[in-house]
Amino acid sequence: MPTEILMPALSPTMEKGNLAKWIKKEGDTVKSGDVIAEIETDKATMEVEAVDEGTLGKILVPEGTQDVAVNTPIAVILADGEDASAVAAPAPKAAESAPPVAAAPAEPVPVVASAPAPAAPAIVSAPAPEPEVPEGTEMVNQTMREALRDAMAEEMRRDGDVFVMGEEVAEYQGAYKITQGLLQEFGAKRVIDTPITEHGFAGVGVGAAMAGLKPIVEFMTFNFAMQAIDQIINSAAKTLYMSGGQIQCSIVFRGPNGAAARVAAQHSQDYTSWYSHIPGLKVVAPYTAADAKGLLKAAIRDPNPVIFLENEILYGHSSPVPKLDDFIVPLGKARIARPGKDVTLVAWSIGMSYALKAAEELAKLGIDAEVIDLRTIRPMDTETILASVRKTGRLVTVEEGWGQSGVGAEISARVMENAFDYLDAPVLRVYGKDVPMPYAANLEKLALPNVQEVVEAARAVTYR
Amino acid sequence: MAVAAKKSPAPRTTASKAAAPKSSARRSDKSADALDFSKDQELAAYRQMLEIRRFEEKAGQMYGMGLIGGFCHLYIGQEAVVVGMQSALKPGDQVITGYRDHGHMLATGMDPKGVMAELTGRRGGYSKGKGGSMHMFSIEKGFFGGHGIVGAQVSLGTGLAFANHYRDNGGVCLTYFGDGASNQGQVYESFNMAELWKLPVVYIIENNRYAMGTSVSRASAQTDFSKRGASFNIPGEQVDGMDVRAVKAAGERAVEFARSGKGPYILEMLTYRYRGHSMSDPAKYRSKEEVQKMRTEHDPIEQVRARLLEKGWASEDDLKAVDADIREVMNAAADFASHDPEPDPSELYTDVLR
Ligand SMILES: Cc1ncc(C[n+]2csc(CCOP(=O)(O)OP(=O)(O)O)c2C)c(N)n1
Ligand SMILES: [Mg+2]
Repeated sequence: MPTEILMPALSPTMEKGNLAKWIKKEGDTVKSGDVIAEIETDKATMEVEAVDEGTLGKILVPEGTQDVAVNTPIAVILADGEDASAVAAPAPKAAESAPPVAAAPAEPVPVVASAPAPAAPAIVSAPAPEPEVPEGTEMVNQTMREALRDAMAEEMRRDGDVFVMGEEVAEYQGAYKITQGLLQEFGAKRVIDTPITEHGFAGVGVGAAMAGLKPIVEFMTFNFAMQAIDQIINSAAKTLYMSGGQIQCSIVFRGPNGAAARVAAQHSQDYTSWYSHIPGLKVVAPYTAADAKGLLKAAIRDPNPVIFLENEILYGHSSPVPKLDDFIVPLGKARIARPGKDVTLVAWSIGMSYALKAAEELAKLGIDAEVIDLRTIRPMDTETILASVRKTGRLVTVEEGWGQSGVGAEISARVMENAFDYLDAPVLRVYGKDVPMPYAANLEKLALPNVQEVVEAARAVTYR
Repeated sequence: MAVAAKKSPAPRTTASKAAAPKSSARRSDKSADALDFSKDQELAAYRQMLEIRRFEEKAGQMYGMGLIGGFCHLYIGQEAVVVGMQSALKPGDQVITGYRDHGHMLATGMDPKGVMAELTGRRGGYSKGKGGSMHMFSIEKGFFGGHGIVGAQVSLGTGLAFANHYRDNGGVCLTYFGDGASNQGQVYESFNMAELWKLPVVYIIENNRYAMGTSVSRASAQTDFSKRGASFNIPGEQVDGMDVRAVKAAGERAVEFARSGKGPYILEMLTYRYRGHSMSDPAKYRSKEEVQKMRTEHDPIEQVRARLLEKGWASEDDLKAVDADIREVMNAAADFASHDPEPDPSELYTDVLR
C-alpha cells in the first residue's frame, strides 16, 4: 500500500507551515532517515525525514506552498512494484485561520512618546484619556515576537549598558526566537549565552544591575525562573529598600509565562500572581504586539526590577504597531480595549483573547461589555477598573492562573473596597482550574478557562 | 570530550585520562577492557537497544501526525547507556532521570504500550495520560521519573539513595542527567551531601555533547565531567557510552562501589543524540557530517550487530527476524496508544492531594 507522508507537526504550537523545499524528487528512492523535504515553521526551517523505505511516488504539495495545515498529505511513498498513477493529488488545503486569539483591536493604540510614566492619577470617574499615536502615524503589522525583538534592539542601540543574557539567546537566536539577530548586531559581549544555571545567572544579573548595568535576563520559560526566584525576590526586589535607597536594581526578567500547548504540569504554570505579590517588583503582561514593544522599552528604562511575562501562544500573532522612532507605553496604565456599558471584563496577556471573544458573543445577546486590558499587573491601574465598574456596575475578571490568591481575587477586593456601592452583582472570576496542568488534550482543555465560561459569568452578573 | 574524534571501535578515553595528572578524581583504567559479551548477552543487548530505537522512531512519527503533543525528546543514539547500566542493577534498585526518559523506562522493563499511551495522553498511559512524555513513573520497576526541570532529578535521586541508606536495604539509585544539567547548582549541593553521608547513588552524566543548541565547550569551564566530583572526593570515570559492553563493565564497578557503602560514584557516558533536542529543534548548531560520522562509526546497535555477524552468532535473517518482532511490538503499542480513550473528564480533579 502506498504510504502517505503527512505535513508533520514540528512544535507544540504549530498548526501550519510552509513547504520550503523538496530535497527528493519524484522517482527517487528513499530510506528511513533520509531527509526528503524542508518545512518552515514560524520559528525555524526543519528537515523532514522519511520513516519508510520505498520510492517517492508523487509529490502532492509543491515546494513554495504556504500555510499547509498539519496532517495534510504532502507526498506518497511507494513500496516495490507500486504505481504512482493510482494516487490522486488532493489540492493542498490551507490551514484554517483560527488562531486562538481575536485580531487586535483597530482603535488607536495609546502611547506616551518617550515621556516618563506619569504618577498614578487620583481616582477619577472616567478613565483618563491617553495620549494617542500622532495623527497619520503609519501602523505596521508585526508579530509579538518581532515587536519584542525590536524593543530590545532599540534600547540596546540607545544605551550601551543594556545587555541580554540567558539560555540559547545568542547563537541559537533564542529558544523561541525572540532574540533573533541580536547577536549579529550587538556581538557576544552584549548577547550572552549562559549555561543552564538559572539561580546563578539571575544572581549575576542582579549583581550587574547593582553595579549600574541594565541587564535583560531571559528565562527560557518562567517555569525555570522558579530555580532563580530567591535572587529575584530576596535580592532584586528588596535591595533598594534594604539599602535605604542607595542601591537600585534596574533589571528586566523576561520570557514566556503560563501554559503553551500540551507541555504538562512542570512547564505550564502562570506566575502572574506570584510576582504580583511582591513589593519592589513591577509586573507586566502584554497582549498586543504594540503593547509588547512599548512596555518592554519602558521596562528596560525603568530603574526597578521588572518581571515581563510573555506568552508563547501569542508570540506568532500579528497586530499593528505604530512606526515611531521611540514608541513607549508607560508601565502601570491599563487600556480600554473595547468600550461598553453593561459589564466590565478585566484581563491581560492571553486572557484578553477569551475576554474579547466573549465580548463578541455577549454583543449577540445584547450585552455590551467593556474590556480592559490591564497590561501592568503591578502597580495596578485600579482607577481605570473602578471608573469602568462605576459605569457598568458589574465585573468579571479573566486569568489562566489559579483562583486562590490570584490576580482576580486582588482586583475583586479592590473593587469591593472602593466601589462597593456601585456594584449591582457580586464580582465573578474566571480562572484556571485548581489542578496542576494535565497533559491529556481533553483534560488540558478543561483545565484552562474558555470563552464560554466568560460569557456565562458575564450573563450571571448581568442577570441575563 | 569529542567522541566523534575517536576512532571506532571502542574509543579509549582512559589514555587521555592518564595524561591528565591534574585530576584529583580517582580514575579507573578498567573501562579499557570492555568485557567481552557472551552470545546471549550480545543478543539481549541487541534486542533491548533496538526496542528503544524502534520505539523512539515510532514516537517521532506519531508526533508528526499530531498524536503526541507538547515536548518529545528522543533518545536515539544513546541506547547503549541505559541498556548497559540496567544490567548492573538488582531488583529494588532505583532509576531516575530527566525528560529524555523513554529509553530509561523501556530499559527498566516498563511496557511500551503504557509508555506510548502516556505519550498520546490516554487513560492506559503510566500516568493515566496526565503526565505525558516527560513525566512517567513505575514504582514496580523502580522508575521514579521523568522530570522536566533540568537538574532537579539529581537532588531527588540523591534523596532516593538517602532512603536506601536510612533503611539499610542495600539498594542503589542510578541518577541520570545531561551535560547541560551538570552546571546546575543543586547538582553540587547533592554531590556534597552524597559523599558526606556516603549515600548509595551512581551519578550517570549522559554527555551527548549538547544541551539544546549549546555544545559542552560553550557552557562548561570543565568539560571533563568525570572530574566534577573531584572537590567532593567522589570518584569518576569516563566511559565509551556507545559501547554497551564498556557501559556494563563500568556500571557494575560503580554500582558495586555504591552498594558496598563507599558512597557515590560518577560515570560520564560519552554519547550522542542523533535527533534534535526535541521535535522542534532543527539542530543547525552541528554539521550533518558530525551526525553522520557518529551514526556510521559509533552506532551502539550497529556495533553489536557487526559482532554478532562476525562471530557467526546470528545471520542477517536472524537479525531481520528480531527487527520484525520488535516492529510488531511497537506497532501494537502505537495502535493501542492511538485507540485507547482519553482520560475520563473526572480525572481532572483526582490525585491533586491524597
Ligand atoms: C531549570 C530548567 N532550565 C531550562 C530548561 C529547558 N531545557 C530543557 S532540556 C534543556 C537542555 C538540557 O541539556 P542536557 O542536560 O545536556 O540534556 P540532554 O537534553 O542533552 O539530554 C534545557 C535548557 C528546563 N527544562 N529546566
Ligand atoms: Mg546534553
